[in-house]
Amino acid sequence: MAEVKLHGFWASPFSHRVIWALKIKGVDYEYIEEDLSNKSELLLKYNPVYKKIPVLVHGGKPIPESLIILEYIEETWPENPLLPTNPYEKAMARFWIQFGVDKGPIFRAFFLSTGGEEQEKAAKDFLEVLKTIEEQALGDKKFFGGDTINLVDISYGYLAYWFKNVEEVIGIKLLEPSTLPRLSQWVQNFIEVPVIKESIPDRDKLLAYTRRIREKLVAEQLKK
Amino acid sequence: MEEVKVLGSWPSPYGYRVQWALELKGVEYEYIDEDLFNKSDMLLKYNPVHKKIPVLVRHGKSIAESAVILEYIEETWPQNPLLPKDPYERAMARFWINFVDNKDKAAPIVTFFIGVGEEHKKATEETKELLKILEEQALGEKKYFGGDEIGMVDLAMGWMAYFGVIEEIVDVKILDAESFPRLHAWIQNFRAHPVIKSNLPDHDKLLVSYTQKRQMFLGSTTT
Repeated sequence: MAEVKLHGFWASPFSHRVIWALKIKGVDYEYIEEDLSNKSELLLKYNPVYKKIPVLVHGGKPIPESLIILEYIEETWPENPLLPTNPYEKAMARFWIQFGVDKGPIFRAFFLSTGGEEQEKAAKDFLEVLKTIEEQALGDKKFFGGDTINLVDISYGYLAYWFKNVEEVIGIKLLEPSTLPRLSQWVQNFIEVPVIKESIPDRDKLLAYTRRIREKLVAEQLKK
Repeated sequence: MEEVKVLGSWPSPYGYRVQWALELKGVEYEYIDEDLFNKSDMLLKYNPVHKKIPVLVRHGKSIAESAVILEYIEETWPQNPLLPKDPYERAMARFWINFVDNKDKAAPIVTFFIGVGEEHKKATEETKELLKILEEQALGEKKYFGGDEIGMVDLAMGWMAYFGVIEEIVDVKILDAESFPRLHAWIQNFRAHPVIKSNLPDHDKLLVSYTQKRQMFLGSTTT
């Protein structure tokens, strides 16, 4: 059995996605923590195009980009499937995963918003995104994957823990039962899934990190 | 009877990708061209979330997002495969498709087309860097991005096959045989492929269309 290694970063939700998928599939892997302020030679060699984590290395061959890694994991270890088998349903799953990617800039705008009208608009825009996800992607299902979680749940997983810290740091709550009842219920269900529960980093440590990284990014944004 | 419809909007390369994939697999389909300034009820019905093309409709069910559509086509009609069998090679193919579709990565190309002055100079350099990565890392020594045969990555790179029109309009040549020999050769091979050959936008029509688009962005009425 070829060796599986994951180059990740403890606070990154992109890194967590890969961990969740590997654990669900029962794949043994070695985890390598990268210092993002001092990236290893190995990481730069494995991901020369983006120089980012996560990178999965299987039998010495590197795969970057979390969503591409997830598709690779799904194809390489088919047990406990994380995508529907029906091609149309699979397409719908991929559509919603891509939706999350497309709306990344809206999330980022909210995360880095500092106040006033700019922040009001950013919050409103992201709430719209969450509403679409709740109504059209999740609907009345327990998970995006139905009775069990799948790659769609994994791709939106950051909403269940990372996002709470964002709301706390900014001081604006968007994802709550009064505004998004079904998505809020999904959050409760998602973090109770054993593989997820045991893999989420310590809340306080992550909150402190979220504050730091936001300060850094806001400062960078001001410079531009 | 397959009853496949494709909603596209000439000359969008995203629409062409879907058509090329179906043509390569010998799947019959009905093509419907959309006016994006006057979207049809059909488009709004079949892609309510994004209201964009391309959309594939089969058995009354619609799929949007070109990369998602291509994967669906590959799975539904496995003849003439457009992705490698090996999971690692498939991951690499998906990586390169994602690379060109990545808005941040592709932004310089847009600015190359509609930008001016310093902004345009910078975009020109960035576009060259992008092309260098594609030439050296994505294509390498292969005839096609997909190897000996056209694959999904080649379809995603199809925009390059008519990038020359943009260079003509902007009056700046980047993708020449001397600077990018492999990409240049790829363009010739891609354009000459029997299926692609009969499904490429007409040069003169493109010139008119892209010139109009550019003027629209620049807000001027003279070239």
